[in-house]
Amino acid sequence: MGGKGIRIEGLKKRYGSGDTAVDALKGVDMQVAPGEVVGLIGPSGSGKSTLLKCLGAVIDPTAGRMTLGDEVIYDDGWKVRDLRALRRDKIGFVFQAPYLIPFLDVTDNVALLPMLAGVANAEARSSALELLTALDVQHRARAMPSRLSGGEQQRVAIARGLVNRPPVILADEPTAPLDSERAMTVIRILDDMARKYETAIIVVTHDEKIIPTFRRVYHIRDGVTHEEAGEGRPFDGTG
Amino acid sequence: MISLAGRDIVHAWGKFVFTGIGLGLLIGVTLVMAGVYRGMVDDGRALLDNSGAELWVVQRGTLGPYAESSSLYDDTYRAIRAMPGVAKAANVTYLTMQVRDSRSDVRAMVVGIAPGGPGATPGWPPYLVAGRHITRSHYEAVADVASGLRLGDRLAIRRNSYTVVGLTRRMVSSSGDPMVFIPLKDAQEAQFLKDNDALWQSRRRTGANPAFDRPGVPGLLDAVNAAQSTNAFVNAVLVTLEPGRDPDEVAAAIRRWRRLTVYTRPQMESILVGKLIATSAKQIGMFLVILAIVSAAIVAFIIYTLTMDKIREIAVLKLIGTRDRTIAGMILQQALALGVIGFVVGKITATFSAPMFPKYVLLVPFDSVVGFFAVLVICVVASIAAIRMALRVDPAEAIGG
Repeated sequence: MGGKGIRIEGLKKRYGSGDTAVDALKGVDMQVAPGEVVGLIGPSGSGKSTLLKCLGAVIDPTAGRMTLGDEVIYDDGWKVRDLRALRRDKIGFVFQAPYLIPFLDVTDNVALLPMLAGVANAEARSSALELLTALDVQHRARAMPSRLSGGEQQRVAIARGLVNRPPVILADEPTAPLDSERAMTVIRILDDMARKYETAIIVVTHDEKIIPTFRRVYHIRDGVTHEEAGEGRPFDGTG
Repeated sequence: MISLAGRDIVHAWGKFVFTGIGLGLLIGVTLVMAGVYRGMVDDGRALLDNSGAELWVVQRGTLGPYAESSSLYDDTYRAIRAMPGVAKAANVTYLTMQVRDSRSDVRAMVVGIAPGGPGATPGWPPYLVAGRHITRSHYEAVADVASGLRLGDRLAIRRNSYTVVGLTRRMVSSSGDPMVFIPLKDAQEAQFLKDNDALWQSRRRTGANPAFDRPGVPGLLDAVNAAQSTNAFVNAVLVTLEPGRDPDEVAAAIRRWRRLTVYTRPQMESILVGKLIATSAKQIGMFLVILAIVSAAIVAFIIYTLTMDKIREIAVLKLIGTRDRTIAGMILQQALALGVIGFVVGKITATFSAPMFPKYVLLVPFDSVVGFFAVLVICVVASIAAIRMALRVDPAEAIGG
């Protein structure tokens, strides 16, 4: 995919109508380049999750424009017919908890996405193993998720988010359940993967430890984003 | 594409296997219930087959001799034997009672058979598995092995004792009771034989009646007493036909000229199946419906619970782009797998438990095939609620906030 990462212009989301209507997003503007990891921070109720759901094509925005790579996917209405296929092929997700499928082993958890897209099993598993190797969890390839540590599970979840080589990955509090060291490791991995696979990564976080590692940060408050330059500290937390 | 349902089943095999076993026992009971009905029908057919008759002549206006009582004079068979198209005609009596031997008693249908032999006289057991046929006029018996009697056993029928000289198999009444064959005269006596006190009372009452004890008619009282203590009735006349004769035509002739009720084989079969065991069949049918509903409820509950346990996974699957039909297929396949496990367990259970039932349980392949597809249909129906719930899961649930 490559190209221009993700660009959001004037994105709005209104819940309800009439007197009870709530404007969760009031015109969000964001741009994340391929290979870049940006932070999205804000207090509870500021609209982070709503923004993430809009970006993830899980809920319908009310207005605005979203461009993924070279393709306009939303312009006051979805321009893509099959939102499932959009999510499957062009958007990667990393959740607060890994949410691995408990009845699939590590390889198949990662390989499931390309399989759903119609890729042959062997080819999908090969792609999965390549990513697991890149994330240094290849030695647990045949293990079931319940046998993995929290850090290993999160790496597998990252591999799953990357396996279809999406132009954008949405990471929702990916370090929340981890200690500082493991949180830094996860952010470093995301940064490495973003560079390696030319993927734009948006990390929604409250985690004070990792916020300084972003080079750019979007603050969201009352449904509006404000861009700030981040500190871009090293991932070992010493900066 | 990997099988999500298969992987989940392998992962949670204990839950599936134990649920399948529980469901299987229920299906096994259902198959046995169907087998009980089949056994009742087969018992009825065996009764007709083993009688060796093509026509049953019974008391006029009755559904005898199996579904209703029927009495005919024991010389009726002579007139019937003379009818055109009739090859053989023989008297027969049926009496269901408790037959006692030295060890215990058993419920049996005592059949009185006319003198003759197997094949030559309708009503005789067509084959033996041990011993010999009845050769004496009195006090010998041939018993079905299901009665538990053995060769040489002495059994009591009313006040007389009989020696078991032969054993036969699959000779049962329409209700599955084993048959005991004894000579016709003995059976006629057994049907009406009173105990000593009753005889004494009967003779006293007759003697007290001046109409029977006339001074000018010596011997009248003795004749009346003798008539009261003998039985000149049988329950039916079994008829075989000359080769090539139409049973309906011969039956019509007997009805017309002898003014008796005659049943052909199809009519007798419809009496046994349609009337005698109709209530039992309805009862079993009700049980089958209830068991089917209970099975469906169990499968639905289990599949719904298993799906509830996977809500988060389903949300993730939907979020990452899994199609609804893939998720629905996963749930449906699991329900079907549960049904297949249950059916296999049920079939094995029914097969091994059927011989242990006191009544004949006939498991026919057709019922198993119908049962298998019924289980699949039940599983499909039972999975609908779980599928509906899974398809309503919002993929946004996978994203916090």
